Amino acid sequence: MFPFNFEWIWDISHLVFMGGLWYALGIIGTGMGYCIIKTISDTAQGKGAHHDEHH
Amino acid sequence: MDSALIPVGVKRCSFPKFMLLLGAAGAVLAWGVFAMLLIWIKGLNQTNMNDYYGFAIWIWADLAVIAIGGGAFFSGFLKYIVGKDELKNIINYAVLLGFICYSSALLILAIDIGQPLRGWFIFWHANVHSMLTEVAFCLTCYFIVLTIEYLPLVLENRKLDKIPFFHNLTHNMHETMAVFAATGAFLSFFHQGSLGGVAGVLFGRPFAFREGVLIWPWTFFLFTWSAAAFGPCFTILATKILEKVTGKTLVKFNVIDLLARISGWMMLTYMIAKIADTAYWAFVLAPSKGFDVGFFYTNNEFYGWWILILELVICGIVPALILVTKKGRASKTALTTAVVLAVIGVCLNRWVMVLQVMAVPVMSFDTWATYCPSWQEVATTILPVAYAVILIAISYRYLPIFPQEAELNPIAPEEALADEQESTEETADVAGAEPAAQT
Repeated sequence: MFPFNFEWIWDISHLVFMGGLWYALGIIGTGMGYCIIKTISDTAQGKGAHHDEHH
Repeated sequence: MDSALIPVGVKRCSFPKFMLLLGAAGAVLAWGVFAMLLIWIKGLNQTNMNDYYGFAIWIWADLAVIAIGGGAFFSGFLKYIVGKDELKNIINYAVLLGFICYSSALLILAIDIGQPLRGWFIFWHANVHSMLTEVAFCLTCYFIVLTIEYLPLVLENRKLDKIPFFHNLTHNMHETMAVFAATGAFLSFFHQGSLGGVAGVLFGRPFAFREGVLIWPWTFFLFTWSAAAFGPCFTILATKILEKVTGKTLVKFNVIDLLARISGWMMLTYMIAKIADTAYWAFVLAPSKGFDVGFFYTNNEFYGWWILILELVICGIVPALILVTKKGRASKTALTTAVVLAVIGVCLNRWVMVLQVMAVPVMSFDTWATYCPSWQEVATTILPVAYAVILIAISYRYLPIFPQEAELNPIAPEEALADEQESTEETADVAGAEPAAQT
């Protein structure tokens, strides 16, 4: 999973497999990170405090 | 008792009745959990798996729930990437079903590996030459995506939505949902395919082996295609079941019609490809390995020609033809029949590709191998069904799953007034309790 694991080899199979995994995790992490940071910022600015329940 | 948590403008059954349903499903769940604990504590000797059946009923259940859970990724793909906006009225339920299916699949795998404490080995010490490693990666990542897609729905609960942070988070997650949906479609394409690829690359088993493109056998593409085609049928079927249980119409006909039409055409094209694949396998590939196709469907007690006809014709071509015709989709009975047959068909396909593959003798001294699951295997396979009933019941009761429900099932004016009054009182309570949020 990581280059420091004893069975890691720098070959095409590891690069494709692990590259795909970290690419997907990277997108998911970045997307959620963006949402959380923006939410903290929005909440600090007072957004969402007076929203209508029927939105 | 819990009316403050129920979405505005909709009616739910009484709390005791709800608890009774949860209790009944909970009893089945407890039975499954007991069997699961037996397997974890005592080991896989609690199962009837053997040297012939390293893959057994769990792997079939796993592949089946993943296939029918395909409705989530394909509906998300249609809504967020293709732009079929009408599907917003059923996407929440598709996501919920996907979440249930994939969490069930992971649970089944956690039971199947026998030593769940070593489950992380597949990530840490990954075998990069195994399609199952890719399946494990994609399943896990896609389950994270489904959790992200389900989370805003949970946060839209009437009470939780009043908390500004959750309200803002829901809003922001909805804004970026297309990214998650695209990632989900990408991950689903690969893990659905690799599950088919696992069977297709078994060159020592002529019943499953297929040729293909580069490293991908044709079964790779057929599995992805079938999940996208048949998955939405399960979404429609589950919607119909919930409508029957609640006695309400939850989704407008045009939404079901659109999903059924797309699903129908996907099924029809899939069936053409599947029949072509089967014909090539039967007349070219299997004979080239020294097998007559009749060998795979005779000389045993269970697997006859009937299974091929049932899978390809009755549960494949028939529902596809019903769903591609306007008349077929317009008839409630025909539509329901078609989606039931389709769900059976895709589950049967996974059965054939997992269990019939194991049953066929591969050595000249072998005979057909039979297998009957132990009660522990049955209980742990039924466990996800009970879990699904519980999660659907809770989600339906407390979350705005169906945006069209209030419009399709207007409640009496006096009930609406009482509901509004209650809501106003609660808002006043929140305002009093959280003055800082108002400033």
